[in-house]
Amino acid sequence: MSLAQFLVPLPVVLPLFASGLKLTVGPRLQRTQRGISVVVLAAVLAISLALLVAADQQGPQVVHLGGWAPPVGIVLVADRLSALMLTVSSAVTLCVLVYSLSQGMADRDEVTPLSVFHPSYLVLVAGVSNTFLAGDLFNLYVGFEIMLTASYVLLTVGGTQARVRAGSTYVVVSLLSSLLFATAIAMVYAATGTVSLAQLADRTDALPAAVRTALEVMLLLVFGIKAAVFPLGAWLPDSYPTAPAPVTAVFAGLLTKVGVYAMLRTQTLLFPGGPLTTALMAVALLTMIVGILGAVAQSDLKRLLSFTLVSHIGYMVFGIALASVRGIAGAIFYVAHHITVQTTLFLVAGLVERRGGTSDLQRLGGLARLSPVLAAVFFVPAMNLAGIPPLSGFLGKLGLLRAGVADGGVWAYALVAGGTLTSLLTLYTMAKVWNLAFWRGAPPELAAGIVLETDDPDDGEERTGPGPAARPGEGDGDRGAAASLSGRAITTSVRPPGPMLGTTVALVALGLSFTVLAGPLTGLTGRAAAELLDRTPYVEAVLSP
Amino acid sequence: MTVAFSLVAVGGVLFAVGTALLLTRSLTRILLGAVLVGNGVNVLFLSTTGRTGDPPLLYPGTDPGRVTDPLPQAMALTAIVITLSVTAFLLAMVYRSWQLNGSDEVQDDIEDRRVALRAEETAERARLRDEYRKYRRQYATAARGTGGEGPARARALRARAEYEQSRTRLRRRLRADRVHRSDTTDATADLWDHVLGEDR
Repeated sequence: MSLAQFLVPLPVVLPLFASGLKLTVGPRLQRTQRGISVVVLAAVLAISLALLVAADQQGPQVVHLGGWAPPVGIVLVADRLSALMLTVSSAVTLCVLVYSLSQGMADRDEVTPLSVFHPSYLVLVAGVSNTFLAGDLFNLYVGFEIMLTASYVLLTVGGTQARVRAGSTYVVVSLLSSLLFATAIAMVYAATGTVSLAQLADRTDALPAAVRTALEVMLLLVFGIKAAVFPLGAWLPDSYPTAPAPVTAVFAGLLTKVGVYAMLRTQTLLFPGGPLTTALMAVALLTMIVGILGAVAQSDLKRLLSFTLVSHIGYMVFGIALASVRGIAGAIFYVAHHITVQTTLFLVAGLVERRGGTSDLQRLGGLARLSPVLAAVFFVPAMNLAGIPPLSGFLGKLGLLRAGVADGGVWAYALVAGGTLTSLLTLYTMAKVWNLAFWRGAPPELAAGIVLETDDPDDGEERTGPGPAARPGEGDGDRGAAASLSGRAITTSVRPPGPMLGTTVALVALGLSFTVLAGPLTGLTGRAAAELLDRTPYVEAVLSP
Repeated sequence: MTVAFSLVAVGGVLFAVGTALLLTRSLTRILLGAVLVGNGVNVLFLSTTGRTGDPPLLYPGTDPGRVTDPLPQAMALTAIVITLSVTAFLLAMVYRSWQLNGSDEVQDDIEDRRVALRAEETAERARLRDEYRKYRRQYATAARGTGGEGPARARALRARAEYEQSRTRLRRRLRADRVHRSDTTDATADLWDHVLGEDR
């Protein structure tokens, strides 16, 4: 067993172990708690990088857990796609953790996040890693469940009315998709007698066409709910924005992409050349257009970003539907780009909320003058998302559009047109945010310094609930509090805490590095796509003793 | 592959009942529906083992060709554990929802409310405007004919008053809804004070 193989289970085991350790340590030793989280996630990042190098140079790294011979036991596989996903996701989770630590310290709200937030967060990371590494369908299901259960806790943390409302939608929809997934696994097992992805790759080809299509539809339905593609994604913009900023950021970055990853894996490995490509293209087109039109109509920054998130999933589904090396490579590149940029934008939304006291664009303004750093940190990822030339969003979209043109079908051209339109409309929404929140003059109370805005200016009614008034300015002059979408008071401050800003800048830099390293990265995604479509490297690596 | 009919039938019934419950509005019923469908899935897993056989225990003298396939049982067990934990979480959430709202119903999506309310508002306004215009026309023709007095004038005045009243009513309703919406985004009692109490 080589060293790299020894590393494969660690991204799952380490966070789980740390989570247990933190529960044992308890909420008293704050410094130890923070240390454990940061060290573990940094270690996961380093391991993922090592795995990426090993998978790229030596082929898929496989571990048979418990030493069971190939067809029986549980396998974890790190091929190029898994390792790349793992690397990007662990970089993002580390940055978000540091951001949330800084926010927690700045808000002096320490007991709550540390005793509940951190263990759940680490379990979430373990679940995401397990999904990326899973070598059989059932382990994929278990990974999903670990991740989802942790996300239920994170989404409803604090238990305010708004969060319970949003959480109930999220939990019920996720529960339904889990039940469907379990049903799909039972159907797969009944049809083929195995759940190992490598064995399924051989056996699905021999199935009758109708059974194969039924299994494909079931799995696509499940992953479609997770990825929030068009008819199945209405739950997302309603439930994400109410969570705390770091939670929304990590959900937006990772959870939908896990669905996209599962789709990529099963479509290439189990159902190559399936009959559903046209349907997938139609879904991709509708996801893009409907999502971005939703974003155009929004006036709240977080909700607007949630809709752009849904919309851009369409690009990745487009790449998967093309099923050519170029299409898959484009989709993989786009996933890596989109995880980073969407997380960055949600973190910036958190900073904007902190500076302006609200994420409602109607009540923000003048931030470009009040906080030039914040404006710069928003501007770069926003342009990146819209796809302005030197940035990675442009490269990802260009790759996908070229793959669409190379495909040459009617639907592919329709998607090329739709993708261009979506990109332009994304630019429009980002320009709208820029104009309203940053460029126009500041509203008087914001310009004066602190926002202690509590009631809606439209209705003259006084609020009675224990709201912002329950948390007064807490003493030192530059802090105030305001109500938010999440139903919890937001702490505002004129100057963002250093680490919060620092990690956001680091993520912006990561997004920019995709441009600088575009050559090696497209080489890597190209090789990953070729490996996926070839199938034999994966199957041989898993099944050879 | 042989499949036991009884298992498939039981699974089908559980799925049907569970789906019906999942489509309801109350979170408790949804929870029960999820439990039923979850058990339906477990039965489905068991039905994939095929023909019944010996228990999958490898003591001396076992014929490996006759034992039942143990893998679906392992998967069903895992699924049971997962369903159990999610059910526990959902129960806690239902309870919290009841604590906050006094009911356990799934609440409206914000966007849905907004769209529905806007449609309702425009329809109501259009209806009232048309009615008002109709009566005003009647009033005008009546005024030209009889020189001002008469039942037509009274009817038109009544219509106008009605229009104004209902406009006020509509405005009040819209305002109430806005207040309600801003209330749902309001901070409520802090859970951590309940949970941690003095330890906080």
